[in-house]
Amino acid sequence: MDKSQVLKRRQMTRRMRLYLPKLPGDIFKLLVVLMFAFPFYWMLITAFKTYSEAIVVPPTLWPKNFTFESYKAINELGLGMWRYALNTIIITLSVVALQLAIMVPAAYAFAKKRFPLQGLLFGVVLIAFMVPEQIRYISIFLMMSKAKLINTLWPQIIPFGADAFGIFMLRQGFKQIPDEIIECAKLDNATELQVMAKIMLPMSKSTMITIAMFSFIARWNSYFWPLVMTMNDSVRPLTMAIERLRDAEQGLIWNNIMAGNSILVLPVIIVFLFASKKIIQAFAYKGMK
Amino acid sequence: MFKVKNIIPNDRTRKTWRGYLGAYLMILPAIIFLGVFVIYPMIHIVELSLYKGNGTNPYKQFVGLSNYRTIFFVKTDFLEALKNTAVYTVSIVVILMFMSLMFALWMFKDRKINKFAQTAFFTPHLVAAVSCAFIFSWLFSSDTYGLFNTILKIFGVAPVNWLGDTRTAMFCIIFMNTWKSIGYYALILMSALKAIPPEIYEAARLDNASSRKTFWKITLPMLSPQLFFMLITITIGSFKVFDSVRLMTGGGPGTSTQVISLYIYNYAFQRGNSLGIGAAAGVVLMLILIVVTMIDFRGFERRVHYQ
Repeated sequence: MDKSQVLKRRQMTRRMRLYLPKLPGDIFKLLVVLMFAFPFYWMLITAFKTYSEAIVVPPTLWPKNFTFESYKAINELGLGMWRYALNTIIITLSVVALQLAIMVPAAYAFAKKRFPLQGLLFGVVLIAFMVPEQIRYISIFLMMSKAKLINTLWPQIIPFGADAFGIFMLRQGFKQIPDEIIECAKLDNATELQVMAKIMLPMSKSTMITIAMFSFIARWNSYFWPLVMTMNDSVRPLTMAIERLRDAEQGLIWNNIMAGNSILVLPVIIVFLFASKKIIQAFAYKGMK
Repeated sequence: MFKVKNIIPNDRTRKTWRGYLGAYLMILPAIIFLGVFVIYPMIHIVELSLYKGNGTNPYKQFVGLSNYRTIFFVKTDFLEALKNTAVYTVSIVVILMFMSLMFALWMFKDRKINKFAQTAFFTPHLVAAVSCAFIFSWLFSSDTYGLFNTILKIFGVAPVNWLGDTRTAMFCIIFMNTWKSIGYYALILMSALKAIPPEIYEAARLDNASSRKTFWKITLPMLSPQLFFMLITITIGSFKVFDSVRLMTGGGPGTSTQVISLYIYNYAFQRGNSLGIGAAAGVVLMLILIVVTMIDFRGFERRVHYQ
């Protein structure tokens, strides 16, 4: 009894002695992390402050009067936050679903099939990866207004149907699956659809989740595209509603602005927490290619 | 015997053709979407740049290359935008590549504190550029409640008008975008660092290689595919910086943060009959992107070591 305790203590001191040299580095690391996370923290807590506290000097690190007033206030702006949030949700989910439906077969064909003009067609994908929205939007806007679609949500959905980055990454993921497995399945008379659903997708799950999440974040947070593609408030997403908080006549009401930003970021954080392990996995695979 | 000889090739050709057809059908939707929403706009913008027009009537008047003459020789604001974009691109590429490499080396090892730090560093990447712009407009605010000025005051330094001064405005934009993307790129490098086989380091240690030599001769070459990927994506990404600039400075003060993407936006639909000028600027941006990407590829071709 006594002996084991002594042993335990000795073990502890040994562990401490091993850890101690690392301690200053770790403290420094934590400090850097805190500095890095600070702007984010600032956004979240300011949303719960009153206006007079939000601009007080020196700033307070924790709200004295914890209040939900800002969240109520921003809901009265324009068509109401929920309306814009609904637009964002519809756009984002449609884009992610459309992209997956279009990308998966294309990436499969590029990864596992040989056919004439393959190089040229993959070149199209690589070019698309390079061309930014700022070059494409002029022509797409004219296209959409000709089709009389400007006052609908379509201009914010269909131009993103095929995502070059997604096709590229998913192709990398599919390539890692050995050909033998597919050949085995084909010998058992599996159709292409079955190969895709039963082999390719389950085996590249983490890549799929990563791509879906990046595309989710990109659409959810997009500001440039709705700015140039919408003329009507009823089709605008949350990002544009939040930008409007700046234009309020009373000047910059920081607590309201930060409440809007908190609403915008919350779903993304939730999605990320569910997917974060898969993302790190997907990157790790890419590293090993 | 004859029959067999005849049937097999026929059957095989039919099978390959059916295979080709299947492959084409699989990529068809993607190619249609990319064709309509990427390739066509790229060609269309060249055509638009030859006209004078506006959003409702883009082909009002054919003016040939006069739009290009205007942006390069008549007005100076495009050259200003080009210069600012170049400053931004070079700074962000150098800073992001260097700092994310440092961060990755600092905390790629599997420890609890590192996992926590990795998540904390990735979080800004999830925040919309709109929100980031607001947060940093506030931190950089010249009003008394601006955090950076409050900190300066503690050290007795006079307050700086961060976003309103031509000398500091671009710095603020670079600072914010570095904060936003560093975690993402560090994560890519960290996964690559973990994938380097430990035997290589073991061998280097047995050969008494110095840690500096190990870094230059092993770590860096092993990371080259990822560094290359980063170089391309950061360069392309830096040419389309828009949200943060529009919301933090609006291109000002003066033209000190006016960048190409903002220039295109301002001319294409925001002013009367200047769609062609915006399109011409878009064509120039496209050419720059092609050249820069080609240089990136060339420069790295010989240095990238794939495992």
